[in-house]
Amino acid sequence: MDLKNMFQMKNDRSSYPEHDQDGKPIIDLDSHKLLKIWQGPQHPGVTGNMSLELTVNGDEIMESKTHVGYLHRGFEKLMERRKFIQCFPTCIRMCVAEPDPNEYILSACIENLSGVEVPEMAQWLRTLALEMARLQVLLRGVPGQAGTFALGLGYQWGNYIRDLILDRFEELTGGRVYHMYILPGGVRGLLPDGFKKRMEENLKLVDEFLGNINDLMYNNSVFKKRAKGLAVIPVDWVDKYGVYGPSARAAGVMRDTRKTHPYLKYAELDFEPYTTTESDVYARSVVRWHDLKMTVDLIRQIMAKMPDKGDIKAPTPNVMHWEIPKGETYMRCESSRGEYGMYMVTDGSEMPRRVNLKGPSYTHANALLEKLLINANIADTAAIMVSLATCPPEIER
Amino acid sequence: MIDLLKDIENRFQTTDSVQQKDRQAFTTVDKGRAIAMVTWLKENAGFTSLTLLTAVDWIEDGVFQLTYILNNPTNGFELGIRVMIDRDGATMESAHHLWKNMQTYQRELKEMFGIDFPGCPRVDEDFILEGWDDMPPYRRDFDTKDYSTDTYFPRPGRGSNDPAEYMKKKMYPND
Repeated sequence: MDLKNMFQMKNDRSSYPEHDQDGKPIIDLDSHKLLKIWQGPQHPGVTGNMSLELTVNGDEIMESKTHVGYLHRGFEKLMERRKFIQCFPTCIRMCVAEPDPNEYILSACIENLSGVEVPEMAQWLRTLALEMARLQVLLRGVPGQAGTFALGLGYQWGNYIRDLILDRFEELTGGRVYHMYILPGGVRGLLPDGFKKRMEENLKLVDEFLGNINDLMYNNSVFKKRAKGLAVIPVDWVDKYGVYGPSARAAGVMRDTRKTHPYLKYAELDFEPYTTTESDVYARSVVRWHDLKMTVDLIRQIMAKMPDKGDIKAPTPNVMHWEIPKGETYMRCESSRGEYGMYMVTDGSEMPRRVNLKGPSYTHANALLEKLLINANIADTAAIMVSLATCPPEIER
Repeated sequence: MIDLLKDIENRFQTTDSVQQKDRQAFTTVDKGRAIAMVTWLKENAGFTSLTLLTAVDWIEDGVFQLTYILNNPTNGFELGIRVMIDRDGATMESAHHLWKNMQTYQRELKEMFGIDFPGCPRVDEDFILEGWDDMPPYRRDFDTKDYSTDTYFPRPGRGSNDPAEYMKKKMYPND
């Protein structure tokens, strides 16, 4: 036995495990060299209620299968037996962490199919609500990446400021987590008195937070050593696997619907989403840090440009008897995780015929994550998953 | 967009084309030509990104509508392709070779609508409903309320209201 090289592993792991002629890894559990273990559904290293069925050899992952369904409530099916307005309390729960894009795309589908034009003031307020939603997600999402490497301090800082942003949501909408602020035709209310001043105070804290996170994470040798070069997404996988948002932009591909398919007031705002080309966990984290910085800037621009008053809701039929003409549409917006879209089919009745939500996690957590985890170290599973910002409720709907 | 719709109409005999937005259209194609058209759009017309694949149950007509939405990232064009297939023994040619993420959509459609995609890897594996042995639940003839009533015993002390009547009374008490 060659004892000297016994514990040395070849750096190039691409041909291990061996692949069959279809390029599929050969997994032989009867060889007794492999072990099958589960990460999740109750595990601090998974994003929400999902689990990964991992086949490992030592600490190296040979195969991963994503399991979802622990939170399946059949939302899309339930919406088929509800009137359009009754779909809102169901729809917002399709992504707990960032519910506002759900409100927007559901409203946008209804408006597009029924020909309702949203007043300008309401469009500004919608844009503000969507950016506030992104802000509160990224305040936990950016430092959460370091948390997967056991650096949890930044997450605590972010959680504190997120709570202040939820205060702003509460005074704007009455709710902290679920808002139902965006409804067909417009929004539910104007900004409360003094809102802009209080928001600006919060944004100053976020500015400070961005600097602290930069010191804490991106100048940290352990974070850099573990995140750099980890789970690289080649640029040609972007279309092949369906990679969206920050994960695509980390691979050098501009995928941001605020730029590619401008909606609401984004065309009137001055911003340029950050892109880089390294495409590893570190790069995806840096892209999200820049996204957070850009969101702060966008909220300031929105508050400066929006009018003080105006119509906040277009006239609509009685929502309990609103029959929408037969048709179909696909509407999208940019969530913090990437393109978030909804396909709606109507048949002329008071209820949608079919609603299908398409979130980026659908592709990120299935085909892409299963591929990225092959040959990864088991200790990096959580980091890779968090770098893709997977959100199980939007997969199982 | 109009040029594209005319082009595919000539090539694949598409029908019922509707331009829904500036850069979004829907069109219908025969089941036999569908995958050839999707392949052509991906390889020759720049529709390199698959936005989604889903199904609509038109139970009254005895058909499922499969909708493939493709996106052209260069010009932002979006094309929804409708394919009508029989509800009985619903089967569609697999397109898993075109995009790596396609097999997840097809697997979900097998589970939720009972539409088979022969040859698609893992299409028979459970996706969301592990251990489900009832009718595919996203079919229109699967009634969620009946399922709840039959499956879960009623809890004492709980009443129920007709949602439409209850909301009407709350929101428009003077009507």
